[in-house]
Amino acid sequence: MKVEITEKAFNPWDQLQTYEKTLTYGKYGAVVPFVGTMRDHNEGDTVQAMFLEHYPGMTEKYLHTLSETALQRYDILETLIIHRVGKIQPGETIVLIAAWAGHRAPAFEACRFLIESLKSRAPFWKRETLGDGIRWVGNNHSIFD
Amino acid sequence: MTITVKFFASLREQVGKSEVQIESSDSLTVEQVWTKVCDNAPLPVHILMAVNKEYSKPDVLVQAGDEVAFFPPVTGG
Repeated sequence: MKVEITEKAFNPWDQLQTYEKTLTYGKYGAVVPFVGTMRDHNEGDTVQAMFLEHYPGMTEKYLHTLSETALQRYDILETLIIHRVGKIQPGETIVLIAAWAGHRAPAFEACRFLIESLKSRAPFWKRETLGDGIRWVGNNHSIFD
Repeated sequence: MTITVKFFASLREQVGKSEVQIESSDSLTVEQVWTKVCDNAPLPVHILMAVNKEYSKPDVLVQAGDEVAFFPPVTGG
């Protein structure tokens, strides 16, 4: 199990290969990766760049708990989560998730569980840079309404 | 007792604070911490909250030295 938050751009396929080398060959029969990549558009606007904020300490803790839950809930052998923070350019990888298992079904299920849980509960926030300003993604309503 | 209160992302900009320390002689719930720091504004329904870096609920009692955080819905991945 590995969880990493990084400010550096990374190649998800290199990371997948590097981590897989630490695993025991012959034990797993399936790996399901998910790679999330930054688009250059959102909600009809061109997006020039993005800044990803997180809650240092809580985000790592949450992702560790999520990985442990996946390892208990599904018949899988290993999990990997790498997530970018800081300034990100279109085309760069935001997140890599992978689940290794003996067979494909639990690997698919665990990978889906990890990315859906991460997106709905892990403390990350996206701020987009547009041509005419910046905006936070997904929560534009005022708290004092 | 001293409590550290943190705000993140768009909420930090709206509240105008990143981190504050508050003193209280009474025990406070998470919701009362919000009210005390945010000039008696009611706690918005969509806001998420954590105590010591774990998700919490508004009615949880805060202990001396705790770190309480408030933040908007998350948008990672």
